[in-house]
Amino acid sequence: MLEVRGLSRRFGGLRAVRGLDLDVPAGRIVALIGPNGAGKTTSFAMIAGFVRPDAGRVRFAGTDVTGWPPERIAASGMVRTFQITQPFAGLTVAENIRVGAFLHEPHARVAMARAREVGTRLGLGGLLDRPAASLTLAGRKRLEVARALATRPRLLLLDEVMAGLTPTEVNETVALVRTVCDEGVTILLTEHVMQAVMALAETVYVLAEGALIARGPPRTIAADPRVIEAYLGKGAAARLADA
Amino acid sequence: MFRHRESALVAALLILALVPFASSSQFVANLAMLTAVSAALGQAWNIAGGFGGLTSFGHAAFFGLGAYTDAILQTRYGWNPWLTLPAAAALGGGAGWLIGASSFRAGLRGSYFALVTLAFAQAFETLATSLDITGGGSGILVKLQPAPAHFQFADRRVGYALALALLAIATVAAHRLRVGRFGARLVAVRENEDAARALGVRALRVKAAALALSAAITALGGVLYVQSYLYIDPPTAFAPERSVEMLLVAMIGGAGTLLGPLLGALVVHAIADTTRSLIAIPGVAPMLYGVVLLAIIAFLPGGVARLAGIGARA
Repeated sequence: MLEVRGLSRRFGGLRAVRGLDLDVPAGRIVALIGPNGAGKTTSFAMIAGFVRPDAGRVRFAGTDVTGWPPERIAASGMVRTFQITQPFAGLTVAENIRVGAFLHEPHARVAMARAREVGTRLGLGGLLDRPAASLTLAGRKRLEVARALATRPRLLLLDEVMAGLTPTEVNETVALVRTVCDEGVTILLTEHVMQAVMALAETVYVLAEGALIARGPPRTIAADPRVIEAYLGKGAAARLADA
Repeated sequence: MFRHRESALVAALLILALVPFASSSQFVANLAMLTAVSAALGQAWNIAGGFGGLTSFGHAAFFGLGAYTDAILQTRYGWNPWLTLPAAAALGGGAGWLIGASSFRAGLRGSYFALVTLAFAQAFETLATSLDITGGGSGILVKLQPAPAHFQFADRRVGYALALALLAIATVAAHRLRVGRFGARLVAVRENEDAARALGVRALRVKAAALALSAAITALGGVLYVQSYLYIDPPTAFAPERSVEMLLVAMIGGAGTLLGPLLGALVVHAIADTTRSLIAIPGVAPMLYGVVLLAIIAFLPGGVARLAGIGARA
């Protein structure tokens, strides 16, 4: 479904992402993790068309979409959410979601019905007619997912949708992501909440300082010394093994 | 949730709109016509500036373009003035699209976009002053031929009716924005352009189209002006005051609301006429007018529409 090869981006002297190779097979959930500043969000931005890569290709469903503007990528079925939530603050929750529903549905009534349905499914049922600006962080994270889902995407890019949520909310979101995937939507996510990554992802890619340092199933990744060192510092893996 | 109040207000405005027809006074009809034209132009501005957040300071560019299209085609090429209406709308819309597409492609927004539109209006004024086809600084006079076939009416009440028709066109367009997909996308782009693009909204195209629609209606206002006063010159067509009045009417009334520009035009004209008639000392009336407008902007940032309880922005 998604095939990323040699994706790179430099910001001034900082090599934010270096030669990222990544595959997301259709129908699967893949996670991209790494410590803060590892380049996850930049990778997402490049894949979704918000940041132009210096080098590398992005192929989505067999088509080379490198350099396409984000709206065109979204229209082709790959839709992202934002880590820092970006609600249309002046609109109601339902109107926010309807903007997504309008992507492939020209009729206002049908689009609104779908928006309310998606919103209700995401636990925003009682808040649909409230201004989006009044939502809590958890509510705004859900709104991000609801808007993206309302576009009926084939591939969903979830950028830290669980950051800042309570453990209960994380569990609910994990279940939701699982359901969405079961309904046929392929998912690539970045996440700091490891519990969620372990529960969801079949394959995990680990980025550190812009470069891929490991890939594999979550169990293997969690035990990988390079991954532990990337998170906890040099020598940490050895010290943990001694202890 | 404000739909009831909104319907009541629509009914009140409709009744108010009929009053000038009952009066035989040409003075009243003229006042009513000016107010209706203001409301129509304010509503046209509102389509781009209110719903789209594209705060243009140079809508006079489109007004003047429409006015000159009419005057030039009529006097130089012998067109029937009725036929200049579609030509003016097409030219105004085309100019709006071009100005919008080039500014937005260059990433201009907010005050930078406002400055660009202002510059275009100024450039058009300079062009109109220096070209032969526009009659230069002395402008263009249209021959007096009061007959419906010539789009000239001795009775100001007909002019008023035409202004109301333009207002209806602009308001129907704004209403469609409020209920349809294009408007929802436009508002989404105003609220958060990146988020809108992430959901597949072609932001550049949506903004350029909104400006084109707004400009086309504004250009029709220019045609009405020429047919009412049979004269146009560069400052009348393109002066910044004209641009400012359009945005003022929309903002005083409530930018981004459906009825805001209608209320705004009433308030602005009421204040202007009252201050003018109450105070005879030269210069004081416009000053007082400015103070009242400032007070409204300072204390009613959502416009009069919010005060009336119908301020739900689309």
